Amino acid sequence: MEKKVLLAENQPEFGAGLEKALNMTPADVVYEVRDSGMKGRGGAGFPTGVKWNLAGAASSDVKYVICNADEGEPGTFKDRLLIEKYSERLIEGMAMGGYAIGGSCGIIYLRAEYPYLIPVLERARQNFLDRGLLGKNIRGSGFDFDIEIRPGAGAYVCGEETSLIESLEGKRGEPRNKPPYPVNSGYLDKPTIVNNVETFCAVPHIILNGSEWYTDLGVGDCTGTKLFSVSGDVERPGVYELPMGAPLKDLLELAGAEDIQAVQVGGASGATVPASGINRTLSFKDLPPGGSVIVFDSTINMVDVLENFMDFFVHESCGQCTPCREGNLRLMHAAQDIINGDLCCKACMAPYFELAEAMKISSKCGLGQTSANCFVDIVNNFVELSDECHCGEYRCEGGDE
Amino acid sequence: MHSVTVNINGKECNAREGSTILMACKELGIDVPTLCYHPDLSIAGNCRVCVVEVEGWKTLVPACVTPITPNMVVRTDSTKVRKTRKLLVELILANHHNNCPECERNGNCELQDLAERYNIRFNRFQTDEKPESSVQVSSAIMRDNSKCIMCTRCVRTCEELQSVAVIKSVGRSSEIHIGTFDDKGLGDVACTQCGQCINHCPTGALYEKDETVPVWAALEDPEKIVIVQTAPAVRVGLEEALGLPIDHHTGKMAAALRRLGFNRVLDTDFSADLTIIEEGHELLFRLKDALVEKKEVPLPMITSCSPGWIKFIEHKHNDLLDNLSTCKSPQQMFGAIAKTYLCDKEGFDPAKIVSVSVMPCTAKKFEKDRPEMNDSGFKDVDYVITTRELARMIKEAGIDFDHLPVEKFDRFMGDSTGAAVIFGATGGVMEAALRTAYEIATGEEIPFKGLNVLPVRGFKGIKEASVLLPDEMAEGWEFLAGVTLKVAVAHGLANADKLLKAVKAGEAEYHFIEIMACPGGCLGGGGQPIPTDMEKRMERMRAIYAEDESLPLRKSHENPEIQLLYAEYLKEPLGHKSHHLLHTKYTKRDRF
Repeated sequence: MEKKVLLAENQPEFGAGLEKALNMTPADVVYEVRDSGMKGRGGAGFPTGVKWNLAGAASSDVKYVICNADEGEPGTFKDRLLIEKYSERLIEGMAMGGYAIGGSCGIIYLRAEYPYLIPVLERARQNFLDRGLLGKNIRGSGFDFDIEIRPGAGAYVCGEETSLIESLEGKRGEPRNKPPYPVNSGYLDKPTIVNNVETFCAVPHIILNGSEWYTDLGVGDCTGTKLFSVSGDVERPGVYELPMGAPLKDLLELAGAEDIQAVQVGGASGATVPASGINRTLSFKDLPPGGSVIVFDSTINMVDVLENFMDFFVHESCGQCTPCREGNLRLMHAAQDIINGDLCCKACMAPYFELAEAMKISSKCGLGQTSANCFVDIVNNFVELSDECHCGEYRCEGGDE
Repeated sequence: MHSVTVNINGKECNAREGSTILMACKELGIDVPTLCYHPDLSIAGNCRVCVVEVEGWKTLVPACVTPITPNMVVRTDSTKVRKTRKLLVELILANHHNNCPECERNGNCELQDLAERYNIRFNRFQTDEKPESSVQVSSAIMRDNSKCIMCTRCVRTCEELQSVAVIKSVGRSSEIHIGTFDDKGLGDVACTQCGQCINHCPTGALYEKDETVPVWAALEDPEKIVIVQTAPAVRVGLEEALGLPIDHHTGKMAAALRRLGFNRVLDTDFSADLTIIEEGHELLFRLKDALVEKKEVPLPMITSCSPGWIKFIEHKHNDLLDNLSTCKSPQQMFGAIAKTYLCDKEGFDPAKIVSVSVMPCTAKKFEKDRPEMNDSGFKDVDYVITTRELARMIKEAGIDFDHLPVEKFDRFMGDSTGAAVIFGATGGVMEAALRTAYEIATGEEIPFKGLNVLPVRGFKGIKEASVLLPDEMAEGWEFLAGVTLKVAVAHGLANADKLLKAVKAGEAEYHFIEIMACPGGCLGGGGQPIPTDMEKRMERMRAIYAEDESLPLRKSHENPEIQLLYAEYLKEPLGHKSHHLLHTKYTKRDRF
């Protein structure tokens, strides 16, 4: 059932976490976050404390704390809610990140479609400045920190941290080669942490209540809580906060999903689960929860959904690397061929599964590595392929190995 | 970087820590295919065909990007790797206008090689029509994006080697293409037409504007007298372009040109010597004006042989145009002299002359069309073909180049010296100019062992040298006694840009600067055989200096036909006729 921490009615005072952190050593802040076991709430699930530890250890007089508020995954709107209601918590979390790694510059990279949130964030910043919780020598600690709000330009790929950094530098939003990783060489080639809005918002709670408390919030070996944006064929769409590791079923009950054909967890690049899978858990080990949960009822043709998503990826690939640029296009054509009845059998489909695997293992960034997920899941679960070929295409006659 | 133990394909081996998997594999003789990788350029890691398996990684990793770490376990030959690479090549081919037999790069294409190597007989991913040819034309460079594979080698070349940066990735996903600002043509932006992008393109997406068709037509027209000149660097590239073993035989090249039907086979090396006479005197007179007359003279003087460089300075540093030598390039000096002096000597009607130039360069195509290049009363040079185009003509004519006899150039504009040959290498013009100017001013040979001015040779991006002039000078040049002549040489426009910025900032003071647009100088020119990389440039450079050493005359002013030209026609360096025929002016152009 719901467990509200980030969205709790009674919240600790904004700034309390930061004040507590300033009385700790930066290393202790890092260790507390590391011990909480929190994994990045953007979806990729990299342990936040490990990232901060690496950035903290990097030697540089300038380091950057970047908040990835480029919430672009289809069906995700949890960060929008957090910024609307808890923007001071976000700024507090970022300042704590800055203190932890030894950086005094914060940047919020805000989704282009959220311009109305700029004044909200500016007000929150001003409040913190007024209270002496931002700026020079915060509360006499000798620690300086301030933030800057920078709107994106509307590219999905800029949710990928190195593309985001390129975009911030005024370049094309294209992922970088790694290594080097941003923790060593990020924005303007300086050590940089890039974390999701929800990740930063959770940090003050972790510091105020301790890592053990946070760990205990989760189910099993999962830690903390997680926000989910639920949409689609449900009675009560909206943002829900559940313990990490909760069964998908719980979330669907909360949102009022009656007729379930499929649930997509983690957005277009996440997993598409048939109704039989609702007992699976929302966890990095099972269904990695980026934040988006979309429910499709039995009236929906899932292949239409697939075509729609592939069209999205064809539009949003940056076009830099071969598998993502060319692969998404071919998968979209395959989806169209399924709709038209031109892809009839398992043999016809085999090359596309091979393509999906190649994209997953050879694309440069997370976009291309995950965009074929929905293709594989939807074709496997919702498309009936015959054993015998009717089209007589060369490719079905062993055209390739 | 110290050596660490790694395991590649089941074998323990040593590799340098921090070098990439690709470099380590190359050193160990393990083949890894590449497309977007080029040794001249930064790493892009976008084609992904070099992917390999590394133990502990969920995904494959690009060998060109990933550094070697101790005890790394790598597989370059697994089924997963082979199948992924093959599939990636199929994906590229599915969106590639592959009309291989009709393509410029047929037989010399990195994509074609990979298609062959991965046995692609049927493309499983050809789910739509192939892109149609879409050729964009400029004076020298053609671009057909239907053959572009988005490796961005051209973009990196333009930016990193040349600091021109007029081409970029535009648009995204399946709409992505290489374009210019506002997708203007290359002729309408600050492109220098240097052609380095062509040399670095793995496919036929970039190539020179072909001029072989009108050259064939002229050769077949009995009314025309077709003369040809060949630049110094062509002779060290032609055999490569023909796919022949390299013995750098200039005499065979002359024989081949004769068999193609050229009425006179002449040499740009002749006019390179002429350039040295004019430019050497220009330098000495500028120094005289500065030191004796105390005039405001634009110094350092900068060479003007390289038309890519000229267009670059006209766009990017046009406050320094007065510093350029007013000498035309050897190609254009040749053109002007051929349609005047040569016609006098040979009794030709200049109106019937078709003057063809064979160049290692694409920018020369642009240069010959400059409106001011008609001082002979005609268009000074009619057609320019690259080393590659000449090789194609030789092949098409069925000439057995390897078994040709060694022949000489024709008279009046065929003699040359070692000083002219070295024009083909970075530093060569400087060295040739020093050999002559020093001797004019001092009456002595330049005091470098064997006339080899080593400090200006080699591949260092910016080279400097100083020559101390003796106390005893030749008559008229006494004012230079004891002066230290400071010179610099840059090749590749990125180095040129750096050098000019240093000069403007007052960080460096020189009397004379040589600049060549292309890395390595003309031997690495945009019209040279593909591939052109450091290994090839080094080989061509060795050949150039070997030819210089082998020649009996190695100073431009000793060229007997040059002496004849001055005695009978020009009268004196920088004289009235010279000014009319051999010198030029420059144009300010937009920065973008």
